[in-house]
Amino acid sequence: MLLVGTRKGLWTLTPDAARHAWHVEGPQFLGHIVSHAVADPRDPDVILLGVSTGHLGPTVMRSTDRARTFVEASKPPAFTAGDPLERSLRTVFWLTPGHPDEPGCWYAGGSPQGLFRTEDAGDTWSPVNGWNDHENWALWAEWPAENTPDGSMLHSVIVDPRDANHLYLGLSGGGVFESTDGGNDWHPLNDGCEAEFLPTDDPSFGHDPHTVRMHPAMPDRLYQQNHCGIYRLDRPSTKWQRIGDNMPRDVGDIGFPIELHPRDPDTAWVFPMDGTDVWPRTSPDGRPAVYVTRDAGSTWARLDEGLPGRGWLTVKRQAMTVDDADPLGVFFGTTGGEVWGSPDEGASWTNLAAHLPEIYSVEWAPA
Amino acid sequence: MRVRIPTPLRSYTGGDKVVDAAGGTVDEVLLDLDRQFPGLRFRVVDEQGRLRTHMKVFVAQESVRDLSTPVNGLEEITLMQALSGG
Repeated sequence: MLLVGTRKGLWTLTPDAARHAWHVEGPQFLGHIVSHAVADPRDPDVILLGVSTGHLGPTVMRSTDRARTFVEASKPPAFTAGDPLERSLRTVFWLTPGHPDEPGCWYAGGSPQGLFRTEDAGDTWSPVNGWNDHENWALWAEWPAENTPDGSMLHSVIVDPRDANHLYLGLSGGGVFESTDGGNDWHPLNDGCEAEFLPTDDPSFGHDPHTVRMHPAMPDRLYQQNHCGIYRLDRPSTKWQRIGDNMPRDVGDIGFPIELHPRDPDTAWVFPMDGTDVWPRTSPDGRPAVYVTRDAGSTWARLDEGLPGRGWLTVKRQAMTVDDADPLGVFFGTTGGEVWGSPDEGASWTNLAAHLPEIYSVEWAPA
Repeated sequence: MRVRIPTPLRSYTGGDKVVDAAGGTVDEVLLDLDRQFPGLRFRVVDEQGRLRTHMKVFVAQESVRDLSTPVNGLEEITLMQALSGG
């Protein structure tokens, strides 16, 4: 089923056997801001939510019965009491299940840009001190400046399936960072990425990655949808290549999400949005489309059959996902409260739900 | 003393709008509330001990942000969400 986190609660969309008809259920946590709703690939009954409200502090809600019921974490993510930088967590923005060899381990990224970890499937959380207290944290995270409208966010926490100690993360105000020792030490990994909004040429950090993805079957390959374009990095190289230069010029390569085909490292989908002028972040020229590459970014194809001919859609970075079917299903949710899905890898689209609140996240929960 | 609970926090108090709590300061009362209703305090007070931006505490009809504000001798205080967070 699809887990749809919105500004006003959690909805689920469950398909019939043929994945043609979708049953919409919800809301749970009506009025709560559900930043991210994620299922555990290691245990399909476990689902975690990063939630807050307009007034209350952030927390995590946990389900062990596939979203039928939830209980609150007994020790939610939080910065350390007495923190010299006096940080307090506003949002549990991003959730990543941990390595298969570490069942019960998850990472959470926050706003301000802190990193947190649980080892008991989300009940109790601790700060990752190697990141939060790194001697360069305030420099990398441009603290106390907050650089995005809702505050800077730590997102795209990635765990290498080959090595639980090999981690990546993204800062919306700061760039991509890598650790090879389980989060005790970190270094920037932004060479090759543009940062047009910074005064210096070729800075080592300060960039604005929107979403970073590692290919699950080819973990040396990463893709990134950045504020300044679409990139690919093949390790051990440390220099990102701007594959978005191959997108049509009148569409551009700005957007928030990027999704990868789980079985094909050369295939990725993006949802381009207008990043010119005052940064409208809506479908370029008012013509919504998904774009796909099947050759690791050398060429891109437009996919818009079934999407509105005219529309000004915005899709947030966590609001696009793929399922595990063959052919692959691709889905996205808009800030206008619509969920769209394709059963054929983007060749055709139908509307699965409408009139929902602003959608923050769309994630697939496998059976 | 009585503590009036705003609607966003009643999921912690089993729906109760008014509960009893003990303490000589606002902070002590919030700690007692957290003992009775686990998790409530962190939604109201952040990890640095500061009242969250969009929450308010009324002591003798005055809005206070200093959690060391004494409440001895009072019969009731009120927790409230601010209009700014709506």
